[in-house]
Amino acid sequence: MEVAKHWRETPERYRLEAGKCSKCNTIVFPQRIICPECGNRKFTTQSLSGKGKLVSFTIIRIAPGGFEDLAPYAVGIVELEEGVNILTQITDCNPEDLKTGDPLVAKFRRINEDGKTGMIYYAYKFVPDAGL
Amino acid sequence: MRDVAIIGIGMTRFGELWEMSLRDIAVEAALKCLDDAGTEHIDSVTIGCMSSGLFNQQEHLASLVTDYLGRRNTPAVRVESACASGGMAVRSAFMEVASGISDYAIAIGVEKMTDVDGNLATKALATAADGDYEAFHGINFPGLYALLANAHMEKYGTTREQLAEVAVKNHRNGALNPHSQFPREITTDTVLKSAMIADPLRLFDCSPITDGAAAVLITTVEEARKIGKHPLVVISGIGTATDTIALYQRKDILKMDAVQMAGKRALQMAGKTIHDVDFAEVHDCFTIAEIMVLEALGIVEPGQGGPATQNGHTALNGKFPVNPSGGLKSKGHPVGATGVAQICEAALQLRGQADKRQINNARTALTQNMGGSGGSCVIHILEAK
Repeated sequence: MEVAKHWRETPERYRLEAGKCSKCNTIVFPQRIICPECGNRKFTTQSLSGKGKLVSFTIIRIAPGGFEDLAPYAVGIVELEEGVNILTQITDCNPEDLKTGDPLVAKFRRINEDGKTGMIYYAYKFVPDAGL
Repeated sequence: MRDVAIIGIGMTRFGELWEMSLRDIAVEAALKCLDDAGTEHIDSVTIGCMSSGLFNQQEHLASLVTDYLGRRNTPAVRVESACASGGMAVRSAFMEVASGISDYAIAIGVEKMTDVDGNLATKALATAADGDYEAFHGINFPGLYALLANAHMEKYGTTREQLAEVAVKNHRNGALNPHSQFPREITTDTVLKSAMIADPLRLFDCSPITDGAAAVLITTVEEARKIGKHPLVVISGIGTATDTIALYQRKDILKMDAVQMAGKRALQMAGKTIHDVDFAEVHDCFTIAEIMVLEALGIVEPGQGGPATQNGHTALNGKFPVNPSGGLKSKGHPVGATGVAQICEAALQLRGQADKRQINNARTALTQNMGGSGGSCVIHILEAK
C-alpha cells in the first residue's frame, strides 16, 4: 500500500473524527462530501467519544492474508454514543466471552503491516469498557 | 420499449477448470449459447466479470472475448457490480435490445478464479466490501455474513440447523445438475461438523471458489417467434437497486433494502406480485444470505426464512422451490458468471428442459443476484409464453 492511501485516512483512523452535517446533524463515519440523509454539502468535524456498545460480532477463524497470526480474533459492529456505527476488531478479551450489547471503548492499536520492511498501519480497535 | 425474449442459453461446467483459460471458458459458454439458440446473429456483446484484473492479471475483456469469439469489430462492453456483474450484464443486453440499439445482444458472464491461490482469491473477493473501512480491519465476506447470521439468530431465533438446511437442500438440487461443481448430497451433520470459518458460519455454509462462464442470447419477442426453436421465454421485468457498500453503515443490517427494492421494481414492471412467481434462483453466497433474501423478497415473512427452509417450503418439490440449480452453494459461484447462470436455469425450467430437476408447471421465475453484502442487487422476472 502506498503511504498516501493510509495517511489520508488519518483523521478517522488516528483521531476517530467523523463529519456532522451542518443542516440535519447526521453524523457520518468516515467523513463524506454529501450528507446521505439530506444532500447538504457542509459538515463540521465531530470527534467521536470512542464509547459504544456491540451490535453484532463474529470470530474470524480463517483470516484474510496479513491477519493470519491474529486468528482467532473478534470483529464487530459497534454503535457509538453519538449514534453512528463503526466496524472494528475487538481485542484484549476472550472473543468467546463477548456478547451483543457489551460496552466497548476505542484504543489506538496496530492493525497490520506492509511486509517486514513496509509501513505499519495503526488505527482503532475496541476493548471491553470496564468503566474505569 | 420493445418486448424482449431469451432465445439462447449456454454454460460451461462449473468447477476447477485447470485446462481452460479465462478466454476459453467465455468463448465456450457463448458458443453453447449460440448453438442452443440456432442463430449466429450477434449485434453486441456485454461481458459481466468482477475481477479478472486480480484473478487473471487481465482487463479489457470486451476486446479479448469478442475477438476470440470470432466477432472482431462487434460493439462490446464489460460491466462490473461485484458478484452481481452477471445479472447486470444481462440487464445491459436487455437494454440493448429493448431500446432498439441491437436486435441480438449476447450477455456473457465469466470468472476464472483458480489462476490465483485461495488467499489471493479471497483478497480479490474482499474488494467487493469497503476497502478502507471493512477489509482494512481484517474482515472478509464470511465474516460480514457471519455478522448478519448472528444478528438474525439473535433477533428471530433462527437456528444453526436451519442455516445448515439451506446447504443440504441446495446440494440435493445441485446433485441433479450436470453443470455443478459439487453435485453431491450432504447431510446436516456434514455442515455442522465442517471447519468453523467465522462464527457461526462453517465451511459448508460458504459457496466455493469456482471457474465458469454462462451466456444468454437476447432478442425481440418478434424475432424469437420467427426462430421458434424453443418454447418462448420472455424477460418481463427487471429491477435493480443499491445500498451502502459498508454493512455497518446500514440503519438495520437485517433489512436488505437493495434486494427488497430491486424485487419490487422488477415485479412492478412485470405487472406481478411475488405470489405470481412459481420459483426463484437466489444468491446463496452463504446460507444466511438465502434466508435473508427469501424474507426481503416477501417469499416468507421476516424471520421465517429458517423455518420455511427446514419445513421444505423451498425444496424442489415444495410450494416455492428456491435454487433448483443447486444455487451458488452446490453449483458453484464463479462470481461474474453467477447472475447469467441463474437466468440460464430459469429459462431452462420455463422451457421444460430441466430434466431430473424440472419443476412442474413452471411459468414465472425470479432470479436474484447481488453484490457484496447487499450493496447492489439485480432481479429479473422471466415468463414462459
